[in-house]
Amino acid sequence: MAGIPHDHYKPKTGMQKWFHERLPIASLIYDTLTIPTPKNLNWMWIWGIVLTFCLALQIITGIILVMHYTPHVDLAFDSVEHIMRDVNGGWAFRYLHANGASLFFIAVYAHIFRGLFYGSYKAPREITWILGMLIYLMMMATGFLGYVLPWGQMSFWGATVITGLFGAIPGVGGILQEWLLGGPAVDNATLNRFFSLHYLLPFVIVGLVALHIWAFHTTGNNNPTGVEVRRKSKAEAQKDTVPFWPYYVIKDLFALVMILIVFMAIVGFMPNYLGHPDNYIPANPLATPAHIVPEWYYLPFYAILRAITFDVLFLDAKFLGVLAMFGSIAVMALAPWTDTSPVRSGRYRPTFKIAFWVLGFDFMLLMWCGAQPAEGLVPLVSLIGAIYWFAYFLIILPVLGWTEKTLPVPETIEADFDAHYPPKPSTVK
Amino acid sequence: MKKLLLSAILVFGLVTNANAESGKTHIEDFDFSFEGPFGKFDQYQLQRGLQVYTEVCSACHGLRQVAFRTLGDEGGPHLDPETVKAYAAENFEVYDAEKDEDRAAIPSDKFPVSGLENAPDLSLMAKARAGFHGPNGLGINQIIKGMGGPEYIASVLTGYTGKEKEQAGTTFYENTAFPGGWIAMSPPLSDELVEFADGHSNDVHHIAEDVSAFLMWTAEPKMMARQRVGLISVGMLILLGVLLYFTNKKLWRDIKRKT
Repeated sequence: MAGIPHDHYKPKTGMQKWFHERLPIASLIYDTLTIPTPKNLNWMWIWGIVLTFCLALQIITGIILVMHYTPHVDLAFDSVEHIMRDVNGGWAFRYLHANGASLFFIAVYAHIFRGLFYGSYKAPREITWILGMLIYLMMMATGFLGYVLPWGQMSFWGATVITGLFGAIPGVGGILQEWLLGGPAVDNATLNRFFSLHYLLPFVIVGLVALHIWAFHTTGNNNPTGVEVRRKSKAEAQKDTVPFWPYYVIKDLFALVMILIVFMAIVGFMPNYLGHPDNYIPANPLATPAHIVPEWYYLPFYAILRAITFDVLFLDAKFLGVLAMFGSIAVMALAPWTDTSPVRSGRYRPTFKIAFWVLGFDFMLLMWCGAQPAEGLVPLVSLIGAIYWFAYFLIILPVLGWTEKTLPVPETIEADFDAHYPPKPSTVK
Repeated sequence: MKKLLLSAILVFGLVTNANAESGKTHIEDFDFSFEGPFGKFDQYQLQRGLQVYTEVCSACHGLRQVAFRTLGDEGGPHLDPETVKAYAAENFEVYDAEKDEDRAAIPSDKFPVSGLENAPDLSLMAKARAGFHGPNGLGINQIIKGMGGPEYIASVLTGYTGKEKEQAGTTFYENTAFPGGWIAMSPPLSDELVEFADGHSNDVHHIAEDVSAFLMWTAEPKMMARQRVGLISVGMLILLGVLLYFTNKKLWRDIKRKT
C-alpha cells in the first residue's frame, strides 16, 4: 500500500517464497494488519470494528434464518414463528438478526457523525467518504427489505408506504412503482424480489466495505487532530503511529465487548423492545394500522420526507418530500466539497462545533418528529429541522470555512499525544 | 461517550413512545413472575392459564401457532407426555387432510384456529399488544417490568364497566383497557367460572392473571431459555471485557509512558 512508510511482508522460508510469488495473500494480510495507525485515536474510532462485526453477524445469522424461512405471502409469517418455536436456537438467531440491525445503525450513525466532526471526509479521503455513503444507502435498502420479510402488519404497510414514494415521481412514477412491486400492489411477487435482494445486497456491502478499507488504508486514517501522519521516512512515521496489530485490535475488541454487553442484555431480556408490536399481527391488506411507523433508524429521513406539505409550482408536496429525503443524504455526500475550511478537525473550530452539535440535536429532533403522527406542530418542526439539515451542508459549511477564526492546530500527532501523555523526565534524552 | 449514551437512551425512548397506544385507556400493572432478567414462568400458573383457555377462551379463540407437544416443554406448563396426549385427545378435534375427516388431536397437532370468525388468534397476542410501560410510555423499564402485553390482556379481561350499547346490530361492551373504549367481546370471565384443582383463588382478577401469563408463554415459549442465554452471555462478556481491559492497559503502557 502506498502512503505511510512501514515494514512490508518478507517471505522467509522457501515454502513462503514459493507461495508469495504465486499468490501474495500473506503479504496482503500482513500489510493490512500492521498498517501504521495514528497513536492518538480516541474512542470514537472504534465504530469501524463494530460495523464489521455487525456485517458478519447479520450475514451469518441471516444465512441460517434463510434455511428455515419461506418467502411466500401465505407461509412467511408462520415460517418465522416456526423458526421461533421449532428450530433449535431459532429464536436466538432471529433476535440476534433483528436487534443486530439496530446495533448496525447505531454504529453507523456514530461512525458518520464522528467523520463529520473530525472532518474525515476532507481531501484526500473523499472517496472513502463517498463509499461510506454508498454503504449507508445500501444498509438502508437492506434493512427496509429485511423488515418486509416477516410479513407482519408493519412489514406490509411499511412496504406499501415506501414503495409509494416512487409512485410520486411525476410521469413515470406509476409505472416505476408497479415495476418495483412486480404488480399493482404489495403482494407475493414483491415479497419474493425483496427476499432475493435482501440476500444480495449484504454481499454488495461486503464489496463496498473492502473498497472503503482499501481507500483509507491508502490515505491513512484521519485522527482527532486532523493533522496528517508525517511520512517522509519510516522513522518519522513511527513517531506518529503504532501498528494496527496489536494496539488497535485489542483496544477495538475491548470496545466491541463493552457494546456487546448492552446488545446481549437487549437480546436476552427485551428483544422486542425496538420492534413494533403490530409486526406480530400477520399482514392484512384490508386493515391499515392506526399509525404506520418505520424502524427507528429511518425516522429522521422519514420526518424530512413528511416535512414538505405544500406544492411548489407544478411539483406536488409528495414528490418534493421524496426529493428532500434523498437530497438530505446526497448533501451529506457533498460535504468534502462544500466544507471549505482548511482546518480538518472540529476540535480547533469553535463556531463549527456549535453548528455540529446543533446538527446532532437536529438529527434527534427529526427522529422524534418521524415517530409522531404528522399533525399539530410536527410538520412545522420537521420542516425547520429539514431546513437546518440542508443549511448545515450547503450554507454553514462553506461560509464557516471562509469566516471562522480557528484555534492553533498542533504541529504533529506526536506533539498532541505528548501533550496528553507527557514523556517522563527519565525517558527524555 | 456520555453524549452517545444519552442519545442512545433518547432514541430508545422515542421509539417506544411511538409504539405506545394512544388514547386514554387504563392498563393495570400486574406483577408477573416472569418479569425482569431473573423472572421465570410459574409452571403451575401456566397450567391454570391453560385450563382457563381450554374452558373459556377456546370457545371462540384459536392458538394456531402452538403445538400440543410444547405443553410438555420445560420452561412452559411442563405437563408429562401422557397428560399432553390425553389433553389433546379429550379437548380438541382437528381436520385430517389425508383421511378427509375430523379426528381427535394428537400431540404433534397444533391448536385449532379461532372458531368465531372475528375472534383474533391468541398465539401472539401478548407480543402484538406490548409496550405501555414507563413514564410517558417511554418504556425503558421494560427490562425490569416486562413488555406489557400480558398486562394489556389481563386489563381487558378485568376492564369491563358493565355498560353496553348496540351499533349496527352488534352489541359493544364498555372496557377501560380497550382502545376506543368499546369492545365486541362480551365479558368472558366471572368469579368462580373456573375451578382450579390446586385450590388457587378463582376470582376474575386471578383468572385473568393466570390466562394472561399462559398467553405470554404461547407468544414467547422460549423466554426462559432466552433469559438464561442473556444472563450467561452478559456474564461471560463482562469477564472477557475485564480481561481485555487489562490487556489493553498493559499493551499501551509503554506507548503512553505510564511505566
